[in-house]
Amino acid sequence: MVVWKKLITPVDATDKTPYQRSFYVEGGNFTYAGIVSTSIKSILKQMGLPADVVRKAAIVSYESEINIVSYAKKGVIKLTVDSQTIQIEAIDEGPGIPNIDLAMQEGYSTADQKIREMGFGAGMGLCNIKNYSDTFNISSEIGKGAFLKMIIDRH
Amino acid sequence: MNIETIIKELNLKLRSATGDLKKNISGGYTGDLLSDVMANSHEGDIWITRQVHQNIVAVASLKDHAGIILINSCEPAKDTLERAAQENIPIMVSDLSAFELSGKVYDLLAKKD
Repeated sequence: MVVWKKLITPVDATDKTPYQRSFYVEGGNFTYAGIVSTSIKSILKQMGLPADVVRKAAIVSYESEINIVSYAKKGVIKLTVDSQTIQIEAIDEGPGIPNIDLAMQEGYSTADQKIREMGFGAGMGLCNIKNYSDTFNISSEIGKGAFLKMIIDRH
Repeated sequence: MNIETIIKELNLKLRSATGDLKKNISGGYTGDLLSDVMANSHEGDIWITRQVHQNIVAVASLKDHAGIILINSCEPAKDTLERAAQENIPIMVSDLSAFELSGKVYDLLAKKD
């Protein structure tokens, strides 16, 4: 069994260079779904960032992680923290999103029955990401994957 | 109101005793859609749900919930308990429905405040 806490490395809050870390996410594996966002939350908490900023980052990283697990083959979540912002990028290899406008609609979901039974796939994930990031970009290439970039202001 | 008190008052069965049972409960949220709980619940909430799989622990941990109560005598999955131990999240079981349990928790929280 993976011990979650081991994924978290100490963070030097006095370091002025941007902090960067990438996390691998396996598609289809719900066993570890949430492990990356839990790590990201702990890192940001350790940095002493304000609670509401950590809360927003936890929500957007969780939803993007669940999206990769639910729909993609695999993906990477990249965390960058500089003096002004927290940037979270979710890059996946998968089917991509055929219609982004439709995918962004509250309640729209292509999730299968198994995913829905677990309480995922309610068509709220992308809306949550949009609502809880200060800047949100989404793009996709059919048959290749999706790319999400979320920026949260630190102040 | 803390976890220990709510267990006594509502006759809950504690299934993962690793969390801090003195942890204060400041509110509550009832829901089975994880994105809904992520967006709308708050730190210190007691989360009432029918979901028993291990992903509920990640949600409760990310949202700093005081604990999770499973309804209708639903038991947590084995890996849910393992993860709850790692994340220090108390999980309890009630034989009441979501509606009845939410009402009782609401009353208790209102009374104690």
